[in-house]
Formats: sequence, C-alpha cells, structure tokens
Amino acid sequence: MFRRRFSAGPRLPTQAIKLTQSDSSTIPRLELRDIRKVYPAVVANDGVNLTAYPGDIHAIVGENGAGKSTLMKIVYGVTKPDAGEIRWEGERVRINRPADARKIGIGMVFQHFSLFETLTVAQNIALGMEGPYRPDELSERIESVSEHYGLPLDPRRLVHSLSVGERQRVEIVRCLLQEPKLLIMDEPTSVLTPQAVTKLFDTLRRLAGEGCSILYISHKLEEIQELCGVATVMRRGKVTGVVDPKKEGAAGLARMMIGRELPAYEHGEPVSVREERLVLDRLSMTSDDPFGTDLKDISFTVYGGEIVGIAGISGNGQQELLKAISGEAPLPASRASAVRIDGKPAAHFDADTRRDLGLTFVPEERLGRGVVPPMSLDENALLTTYRKGMVRYGLIDRLRVREFAEQCVQDFDVRCAGTHAAAKSLSGGNLQKFIVGREMNQKPEVLVVSQPTWGVDVGAASAIRQALIDLRNERAAVLVVSEELDELFEICDRIVVIAQGRISPARKPSETDMEEIGLWMSGMFPESETVKVSTSGTSHVA
Amino acid sequence: MTETIVGILLATLGAGTPLVFATLGELITEKSGVLNLGVEGMMLIGAVCGFAAAAESGSLWFGVVISMFAGGGMALLFGILTLTFQANQVAAGLALTIFGIGTSAYIGLDYTSVTLPNIDPIQLPFLSDIPVIGRLLFSLDPLIYLSFAMFGAISWFLYRTKGGLVLRAVGESPESAVSLGHHVIAIRYLAVWFGGAMAGLGGAYLALVYTPLWVEEMTAGRGWIALALVVFSTWRPSRVMVGAYLFGGVTIVQFHIQGFGVDIPSQLLSTLPYLATILVLVLISRDIHTIRLNAPASLGKPYHPDL
Amino acid sequence: MWLKIEARPAPSVRMKYLSPLIAVALTLMTGVIFSAFMSLNPLNTFHAFFISPIDDWYGLGELGVNAIPLVLIGTGLAIGFRSNVWNIGAEGQLAMGAIFGGGVALYFYEQEGAYVLPLMFVMGALGGMFWASIPAFLRTRFNTNEILVSLMLNYVAILILSYLVHDLWRDPDGFNFPESRLFSESSTLPIVLEGTRLHFGVVIALGAVALAWVFVRKSFLGYQMQVAGMANAAALYAGFKRKRMVWVGLLSGGLAAGVAGLMEVAGPIGQLLPSVSPGYGYAAIIVAFVGRLHPFGILLAGLLMSLLYLGGESAQMDLGLPSAVTGVFQGMLLFYLLAADLFINFRMRRDTAGSRVAGAGL
Repeated sequence: MFRRRFSAGPRLPTQAIKLTQSDSSTIPRLELRDIRKVYPAVVANDGVNLTAYPGDIHAIVGENGAGKSTLMKIVYGVTKPDAGEIRWEGERVRINRPADARKIGIGMVFQHFSLFETLTVAQNIALGMEGPYRPDELSERIESVSEHYGLPLDPRRLVHSLSVGERQRVEIVRCLLQEPKLLIMDEPTSVLTPQAVTKLFDTLRRLAGEGCSILYISHKLEEIQELCGVATVMRRGKVTGVVDPKKEGAAGLARMMIGRELPAYEHGEPVSVREERLVLDRLSMTSDDPFGTDLKDISFTVYGGEIVGIAGISGNGQQELLKAISGEAPLPASRASAVRIDGKPAAHFDADTRRDLGLTFVPEERLGRGVVPPMSLDENALLTTYRKGMVRYGLIDRLRVREFAEQCVQDFDVRCAGTHAAAKSLSGGNLQKFIVGREMNQKPEVLVVSQPTWGVDVGAASAIRQALIDLRNERAAVLVVSEELDELFEICDRIVVIAQGRISPARKPSETDMEEIGLWMSGMFPESETVKVSTSGTSHVA
Repeated sequence: MTETIVGILLATLGAGTPLVFATLGELITEKSGVLNLGVEGMMLIGAVCGFAAAAESGSLWFGVVISMFAGGGMALLFGILTLTFQANQVAAGLALTIFGIGTSAYIGLDYTSVTLPNIDPIQLPFLSDIPVIGRLLFSLDPLIYLSFAMFGAISWFLYRTKGGLVLRAVGESPESAVSLGHHVIAIRYLAVWFGGAMAGLGGAYLALVYTPLWVEEMTAGRGWIALALVVFSTWRPSRVMVGAYLFGGVTIVQFHIQGFGVDIPSQLLSTLPYLATILVLVLISRDIHTIRLNAPASLGKPYHPDL
Repeated sequence: MWLKIEARPAPSVRMKYLSPLIAVALTLMTGVIFSAFMSLNPLNTFHAFFISPIDDWYGLGELGVNAIPLVLIGTGLAIGFRSNVWNIGAEGQLAMGAIFGGGVALYFYEQEGAYVLPLMFVMGALGGMFWASIPAFLRTRFNTNEILVSLMLNYVAILILSYLVHDLWRDPDGFNFPESRLFSESSTLPIVLEGTRLHFGVVIALGAVALAWVFVRKSFLGYQMQVAGMANAAALYAGFKRKRMVWVGLLSGGLAAGVAGLMEVAGPIGQLLPSVSPGYGYAAIIVAFVGRLHPFGILLAGLLMSLLYLGGESAQMDLGLPSAVTGVFQGMLLFYLLAADLFINFRMRRDTAGSRVAGAGL
C-alpha cells in the first residue's frame, strides 16, 4: 500500500489505487518531498512529490515544459533544487553532483545524449565512471554487460560512426556498468523505431525484474500504458496525479497532462492539383559536417494541395536534406535540376533566391536559425521577407516591416509584449507560431517545415498543425519533416521515410501503418519505384 | 660545411623552442575549448618578468619560475574575463595582448641595457661526444631538454590518461561533460592557466637564453605565430614540434641568405616568417573537413553552466 | 551569504550604456591607486593626465588630432566587428595607406596642383583596402582565419615601410636619417583651427561617423551584417551572402585605416618615417569596443582614448612617468569594459535558497 502525499497542485479524485508491487519491501528506493526549483523566468518544479519502489517502472508524464527533465536533473545532481528533500532508501541525502548520484546507485540516460563524437565507445563510458581509465579491462566489461542485456556494442568504435539507436545503447551500458539501483530514462524512444522500442522495453523489464527501479520520462501515453505500473503526471511544474496508467486510460491521462481534452483537427480530403511544386530528382550530396550523413540519390515530388511527411530517426540525413532544399547548402550549377521549385532548376541557388521562387522554410532550431534571439520580432520579420517591398534603395522601410510583424502576431495569436519584444523572450510555442506565421504569410507555393511542434505546448501544436492543413487546402505544397510518427499520420496525405540518407517510396497513411513505417525507418524498405538504388544498405538502426 | 649545417640546425632548435613552449601551451588551452588570442601578451609578460627576476636575483632558474607565474597570472586574468565574466574570447584575448605589450614595456624600462650570463648547456656524458649528433642532441641548454620533456608529458597526458580524456571531452561538448559531472569551468581554468605558464616559459626562453636581453616587443609576433601553429598542427602535439622547428628554420635562414650572397634588403627578408605563417595557414585551412574533424568542437564558444 | 550570477530574462539596455562609464571609472580608480603606490599625489597625477593636456586651445586641437585616426579607424573596424569579421590588421593597413598616399606626395614632390591631395586620398584609401583585401580574399577563398592573417600583415607592412624610408625613398639631403623628404605644401592637409594642428581630417572623421550611422541604422546591408554577427545560422537561413559581408567588413576597416594613415603623414607628420603610428590601429580596436560598436559611441571613445595618449605624454613631461603607462591603461580599460559587460546579460543575486538544500547524509 502506498502512502501518498499530494502536492499543493489541483486536487484530484483520490481514489485509492492499489498497485502491484514486485518487491515486498515497503521502504521506497527514492522519495522526493516538496521539491521546488525556480528559474529566472519560470517555476520549473513547485512542491513536487514522488515515490519509487524497487522494481517499479515509474512513468513521469507531462507536456514539454512541465518540469519533468528539471526534476530528473535534480535527482541526478546536475541541478540543485531551491527547496525540498530527497530520500534514498529511507535516508535523507544531498546529491550535489552526478558523482554523488552514481555513488549511491543512480544512473541516467539523457534525452540529448552526453556523448563525445570524436572518442571511442569505451572512452565515452570511462568519462561517466569514477577512477582511472584502464581501456582493456573496461572493454571486456562493456562486452560482457552488453551481451547480458542484449545490447551489442563494440567498445573500440568511434561514437560518430554509430547510429542514434547504438548511441543510446552506449548511454544505457554506461549506466548498467555501475549496477544501478535506479535508472532514469529521459524520453528514450524518440530516437527509436517502433521495433527497437519493443526491444528496449524487454531490456527495461529485465532490469526491473532484477530489482532496479526505473523512472521513465515520456509524453507518449501508449508507451506508458504498455510499460509502466505507475505514473506521476505533471503540468506546469506541479504534480497533477499519481495513477495506474493501465487503468486510467489515455483520455484521463491527457486531461491531467494538459488540463483539458485533446484537440481534434479539421482535415478534409486532399485537394491535390497534380502540379509539381517541389521536385527532388536524384539528389546526392556529401554532408559538410564530418559526422553528418551523405544524401544518396533522393527523388520525390510534392504536388500542390498535399502535405508530404518525411519520417525517420534523427541523424539519417534530415538535416542535410533540409539544407539542400532550403538553399543553405547549395549544389554546383551543373546539378541545378536536382531540386526543382515550380519546375525551375534551383539546387544551385542560395536560400534568398529560392524564396523568390516561392519556397519558404521553418527550420527546427528556432533560436539562432529561425530567428536572431536578441533582435525584436520586427527585425526578425525582416529576416526572410525583405523581398516583399521592405527595402528601397538599400534602406529599410521600418513601417512596412512592423505592419507585417503585427499581422503575423495577430493572425497566429502570438502572445508577446508587442512586436518590439526580443525574440528570445517568447515561449517556445509562441516563437514557433511567429516563425510559422512569418513563413506562411508570404503566401508560399512550397512550405517546408522541420519538427513543427517540437518543444511546443499542446495548444500551440494543434494551432500549427491546423495552419499547415489550411495552407494545403489553399493548394500550396507542404513538406513536413518530423520524428513524431503520430503527428505525420495525423496531418499528412503521403509519407516517405528517410534512412541512411536514402528515401523510401511514398505511402498514404491509410495504406500503411506504424509497423511498416517503423521497419522502413531502420532502412529496410523496397527500392523506390522511380529510382533504383543499386546497393541496399545494411541496417543503420537495430 | 658540416660546421655550418650543425650551426644552422642548432640555431633552428633555439629559434623554435619558444614556439614549442607557447604552442604546446595554447594547444592545451584550445583542447579545453577556449581560444586565448593573448599568447603574445603572455609571452611578453613572461619574458620581462623572468628577465627582471633573473637580473635582480642573479639566478636564471628563478627567472624561469617567475616567468611561468607571470604568464599564468596573465592567463588567469583572461580566465576570469571569459570563464567567469562570460566575455567574448576574441575581444578578451586582444585585450590581453594590448595590456601585455604596454605593461611589459613599462616593467622593462629599467632592464633595457642589462645583460645576463649565458646558460651553460648540459653535456650528457659520452653521448655528447658523438660527432654531429652529440652536439645536436646531447649538449643542449637545459630549457631545450625541458621542452622535449614537455612534449612527451603532454602527449602522454592527452592520449594516455583519464585527465587528458576529460580535457578533450570538455573541449568537444561542455554540456555533455557537465551532465556527466565534470567541472567544466574548473578544468578550463586549469587549461587556460597552463597555456599562460607555457607562454611565459616561451617568453623566458627568448629573454633569458636566446638573446639574452630585454627589448620592447621582443616577441615580434611569435605569440601570433604560435596561434597559427596550433591550427597547422591540427591540434596534435607531434605536429606542433614539426611546425615550431620549421618556423625556427625560416627565422634562421633569413639571417643566412645574405651570407650566401643573395642581395635582398634585410627588412624584406624579415617578412619571411610572417609570410610563411600566412602560407601555412592557407594551406591548412583550405581543407575545411580536416579542420572540423580535429578542432575542439566548442572552441571559442562561451559556456555558462546555467544556460 | 553568496553572490550568485544568473541570466537576465532580457539584456539590460541601461547596463549596455552604463558599462563603458563603469569601465572608465574603474580605470581611473586603478590609476589613483597606482599613483598612490608610486608615492605620487593622485590629484597631481589626475591633473597631469586629464586636465593639463587640454587646458588651452592648442591642447584641445591636439585632442582632435589624436582622435581623428582613432575615431576613423574605430568606425571602420566596428562595421566588421558587428558581423564577427575580426580585422585586427588596421595598424598595417594604416601603414599601407601612408605608403600609397605618401608615395604620391613624393612622386609629385615640389609640384603645385590641386589634384595632388585628392589623388593622395584616393591612393591612401586604395592602399588600406588593398592590404585588407588580402585577408578578405584568403578568408572567402580558402577559409583562412582573418585574425591571424591581418595581424601577420601588420608586421609585413611596417617592415616594407621601414625598407622604403631606409632605402628607396630616403631623403637624399637627410644625412642618412631613415626618413623621406618633407611633403610639399600642395601635399599637406589644411589646418582648420588657427593656432593648433587640427587639420582637415576632422571633417573626414565626422563624416565617416555620420555615414556609418546611416549604414548601421538604416541600411539593409548593415542589418544583414548585424544578423550575421548575432546568429550566423540565421544569416545562412535567410540567404544573406556571407562572403560579401566578409569583404565589406574588412574593406571598411582597410579604407578607414588607409585614409587615416594618409592623413597622419599628410597632416601632423608631414613626411614618411619608419613609424607613422603610435599603435592607433590597435587602440582603435579598444575604441570600437568601448564605443559599443556604435558610431556615436566610437566618437566619444575616440576622444577618451586620445586623451589617454595625450595624458601619457604629459605625465612623462610633468611627472617623469614613462609613456608606456598609456598602453597599460588602454589594456586595462578594455579589461574593465569586458568584465562590466557581464551585467548586460547577467545579474548578481544573493543566493539565499540555493544553499538551503535539505538534508544530511553523503
């Protein structure tokens, strides 16, 4: 039986939930009491309580920005709480640094891996462990542990040559070598194919079976229902419920997570006009990043009036493909027709010229690429719209720039202190709405969007998705790159998969399923109908 | 003829040694992700403080030690600006150089006409009697041996120890290093300090052994050449040695060209090391791929633990 | 109680303008402590440094004479600095401007003609731009670091100048001194304030400030360069032409330094010497930073830096302090500025809660 204390957050029906327990001991492995953490602009954690028992797989659920990651960083000693206490196996502890956490048996797999590209697997693992570095001894241990848990790894390989899935294995093995009693996994499945997720869950269940507690952070409700025995739900830094996810149901969890029902979209049938708006024709390109992915023979077409989605595990060439389409990485003029916008060869143009042809682009990094962080929204509006009569005789017409910025703010409901506010003062969701608005209000023929709703709250996310659909209904061609399969299935008319720099054939969402797309994401797709690829690559993601 | 060649090679060794010290030091600083453009200033301060200490105490070794403290102190000033106060590394490095030039000129006023005794070379028994090789390798002044030792120690540290691993990790991704529990700022302070101490040592070699005199701005751009050599070396100690002696050679050859009967004005010959630096930089930098692959990924970027 | 540094939600505009003043105040305070340490009367030192150099018209004229190259070069460099193009070769570009412009003066020696002076300006400008175009070309063509190249070229330019005045252009009646002939009347700048050495360059420098202000505030290219300086990826995303910015950034500095160099030899110096600048090219870097890379700020900072030069000379005469003190204070000023700038983006807070993390154990 749990003794549970609810925080000052909204009080929920406290039905007594009886949870099955794999360990008979009643001393919790980890107990957090009234944890509070304040950043200059935001209260990240506000009176958070949490209890995890040995053998538990305990989900921490919440939207982006709900405070899950901050809480876990506090447990792992990366961040210090402003108030509250941490109890470890009944004892009050102070965790000042990750080394303290590791010493008592806490391991953490970060969402953004803490790996070093230029070092080997063994060196990377050594960096997360105490004591001197003995390469041979360590390599042996890595091999034996990775074998035991079904996570094959070669300790001598350089990390930059590993796929994202393999990198996650490095992180997990690094934790397992320390025989942790508590393992924190931060959004581990965002980098995995559905098949690899199943394998990961097997590993986690085995670990839990051996008595290890697991804190599993996620915003994907189906996964939590499949894997976790208990879930702590967070919203805006507070705990809004502690439930058994298998009993609670997705709708209830979602309500606790976002405070209301999940929004629905007005979709409608595609209005495809069979006009080739964006054509990629046997595009091959070497990445300018030494650790990047080369593009191989990529061909597909986006017609007016449709949304095409590109699925794939990050690091499979998305960055390179987007730069090749946007013009940030132009090709030599001899290969100009590898990218055609509205029929015109454009692969050799820079981003500026491609906008003249009617292409606009929303990049995945907002601060520093989509906008200049210290500049005002006005000045940021000018960034991509200057060809629309805002510059005369080389001088800026600030009045027209402001008008345009104000229109974006109004049309897309951007919450800000005014268009003079610095871009970096906006929340992630509002900033994304501003950028999407800026690119859409230019009435593009082709809109390319990368990770449209990454780090964006649910309200803004649904507004952005609806805007994409509306644009497509106005017969523009829309290309969406996303790692969220759900999102692609929801808004796209056709989906292709990118893996190891190659592109799969296209499928309508109604004619495929997560299973097939997941398989394709690991590189196992039939050779494209339009282009034959001579060598079929080996699996990049296991 | 052998005499001349041995003479040139020995002179090359001498001319290259200040660069070896300064470049190895800057290499360590840059490996931690910090770009300190103030090498010239730190060398000058090291040179003048070392010279003054040696002149006042009569002990060259005391001068050497003081030069390291002085160079290291300058580096800490840079560290406070960039690591604690988050200043732009380029601007802070320039400030360090300007400050170093002015301050060294000020400190050195009383020492411009002082001379120091020569440092005696260490004659390794038997080995130094070997013809040619003996004189080239086994009867050198002690600071050259120290520079060899430094090269060995730094190579060993970087590639064979946990500390070296941590240093490289911090330079590649401070964010990751922090999340693994490494003290990025402290490690960077150490690396910056070490770079300064080595630059000071390089300056001391110039003022105490190579000339041995104090002249205003006597480093004559060697600090900047050291920065270029780090790029040339693609951040590898062994190539630092190659580069440093190459430049030592260029410096020496300019003195000998006229001896060979080539009539070029001395001022124009003196431009050779600078032009050679530019040439070398061009040759190395055009291969962007190699630079990106070898340069510490966070080089020159500010890092603040709270952001 | 601990002081904790934390990020401000938005940069402080007030601190942006306050921090140069704080830096100046701290430099002054250090100077006072310094002079007390040297057992000098701080008041006398202050007077010698900052009052006596400019207590008459001639002194004020000198303030202007020294400020002309500093303001001009600082303005030119700032245009590059705003887009992270680091031209630190102004000292060499200045020398090249002096060589090219001075060469014209020597070529037309003792020829009267209104065309000589304008031609000298054109050649001086071209000389500075030519020297700056080398790092620009190497940077855009071979990705070579412009900091190191432009710096190396300083040494080269000064050696070339030294060769010329020692050899090719040495004054035949100069008793073998390393200096050129004195420029003739038609090749020297007119004086604008009677009784001082303040010359026509003051018009050029003020004009440059005004022009730069329009460029920075109003022009689209100025905006593009600002974007590139703040977020290079955003400039690439917008499709701004990086190479053009590198060229503009370096050439504007080269142009300014070249003209400044020409005006030094055609103005206060009146001939070519082995050294035509007491480090103006480096001091202008500090001027640009202290002036917040803003043209008007640079104007004020240039005057301040000029006063520092004059103060150094006057302290040498009145107090017997070495003129090297000027260099010490220049560096110090930039140090303090960079440190004070922390408070634009960060603020201090008393760390009250952070130290109260609960618990014993471990």
